[in-house]
Amino acid sequence: MREVAIIGVGIIPFGRRDEDSLMDMLAYASLKALDDAGLGEAERPVDAVYVGNMGSGIIQHQTAIASSLVDRLSLLPAAAETVENGPASGGSAVKNGLLAVASGYYDTVLVVGGEKMREVTGWRATDFVATMTHPQSEYPYGITLPGLAGMFTRLYMEKYGVTREHLVYVALKNQAMGTLNPYAHVEMALSREGIFESPHAIVNNPPIADPLHLYDACPVSDGAAALVLCPLEMLKKVNKLPVVIAGFGQATDTHTLQEREDPTDLKAVTLAARQAFERAKLKPSDIHVAELHDAFTILEIAESEHIGFFKKGEGGKAVAAGKTSLGGQIPINMSGGLKARGHPVGATGVAQIVDIVFQLRHELSKERQVKNAKNGLTINFGGFGNNVLVFILRRVES
Amino acid sequence: MAIDMELEQVLRPHQYNMPPYPPKVITLANGKKMIVRQAEREDVPTILKSVHPCLFIERDYYDIVSARLYGELLAWYRYRVKSEYCIIGQIEGYLVGIVNGRMENEKVGMSYHTLAIDRGLRIGSHLFAAKMEYHLEYLGQESVLIVAESPIGFRRWMIEYPLEKTDIPHEMGGCESYRLTREIYFAAKPRLVVGDRPVPQDLLAEAEAEIKYADDDTIRERIAGMKGR
Repeated sequence: MREVAIIGVGIIPFGRRDEDSLMDMLAYASLKALDDAGLGEAERPVDAVYVGNMGSGIIQHQTAIASSLVDRLSLLPAAAETVENGPASGGSAVKNGLLAVASGYYDTVLVVGGEKMREVTGWRATDFVATMTHPQSEYPYGITLPGLAGMFTRLYMEKYGVTREHLVYVALKNQAMGTLNPYAHVEMALSREGIFESPHAIVNNPPIADPLHLYDACPVSDGAAALVLCPLEMLKKVNKLPVVIAGFGQATDTHTLQEREDPTDLKAVTLAARQAFERAKLKPSDIHVAELHDAFTILEIAESEHIGFFKKGEGGKAVAAGKTSLGGQIPINMSGGLKARGHPVGATGVAQIVDIVFQLRHELSKERQVKNAKNGLTINFGGFGNNVLVFILRRVES
Repeated sequence: MAIDMELEQVLRPHQYNMPPYPPKVITLANGKKMIVRQAEREDVPTILKSVHPCLFIERDYYDIVSARLYGELLAWYRYRVKSEYCIIGQIEGYLVGIVNGRMENEKVGMSYHTLAIDRGLRIGSHLFAAKMEYHLEYLGQESVLIVAESPIGFRRWMIEYPLEKTDIPHEMGGCESYRLTREIYFAAKPRLVVGDRPVPQDLLAEAEAEIKYADDDTIRERIAGMKGR
């Protein structure tokens, strides 16, 4: 297997992009990544394009978007494939690109993730995401992802002592970081008083799925992000310092939560992380910065424990103690995470990696840059933990 | 414009006695303090400067809402509507939201519009709640008739309170109207109506000194821009 380098990254500002079609967004992010890789218009020997997307068939009534993108980018006859894997679609697209390059079948691969969700109302977007739930035992009863997350949070609080205040710390941290990220959807820092302490918080931050409140959830966003992959051994001209994918892992858990022996146990996270660490020959303490899938604040805490950054029951306290902030033990979601950058579902897994690449290339402003970061990690969490991808990235020093 | 005061006596509608809405202050999610207070008729030209750029924003029906609000405020300013009022939200003096309505009669209120000029802080929710508070707690009315022109309004008013559907026509047009009764209001009040009184003197003085307004581009960006809160 060949070691795979990320030689270019591109991301467009997430948000409500009324003026752009899904294809526009995918193309913008792709072109930025190709430019970042130093591949000019005349020299784009892209062998394959993988597009992570969950809902274009439902929301835009458009399928086979990878083929369309290849044509749009004049990359014909590159192989094209759309990868749908729920909110882990972006991570799955990266995995497919990684395997294709590592195996030797392709040398240059473009991986893009994108979603346009603000084309429909929030209700429709929530319903669209809920299509990943079980069609007989969950969806007909009105379950939504916020609903699942609310029940999970209640159990996690009871079992591990996580408090609402811990969740508030996650929201405050991530929205503060979002104000520093030009690609983030949400650009407002929250105040503890306004969302938690003041009696007015009942309106500012109402319950959405008890015990989760409005600011415990990520926004519904439009956005796209892209990577260019190639074998490290074939790098002749390095435009920017390459970052390699040192390891990845993927695991699947039961479709429904109620079938899990312990619904608070995110087994797929643990297993995927174990694979990734083994492949990277690293351990949790070797990671300098992480992007975790905080679609809900509780997930950042639970994932930080399941991946081994903290013991069970310690994740919430760690956030409160600043251990996951810049300068802390393990800075988490310095992009603002899904909570502030936004969660265009198909884009997220790719966008997480893009931000870690920025971190490992030491390109960010000092307010967001983790000093001397060398190893980074991402978790892309699909379903309600039933399909999880973990990537470990390493900075190549020379 | 010359005004024929003799004719004005005919054209101007009857006005009910309307006790004032006492100002309050609300801490928003970002920690900023929003002063909620009743606007004076003389404030209308200034308020309209913030409504005007919204006339051309299609997103979330801002064009319809602002066009109607513009006309309603102008009608109030020129004495062509019965017993109208306007409540505004200000942050550091800047106008961030407007609500208005009127008394249909002593028992029934007619809710007009809610325009949030700064978004993502639930300013619309807070100001709509203030409007309902005014009708039911200060004007002492028994119910308020309400319609929604946007899905956001429908979610905020009809579903969150929740309002009851009624056959009574609302003057906004042919859409179905809903009603907020005292029973519904007081049941919803603990989770939807907040604010502290009295407003600290320095904050109130800042708000009353001047209604500041953002420039048109800023307003358009806040309402229809790519970024959110």
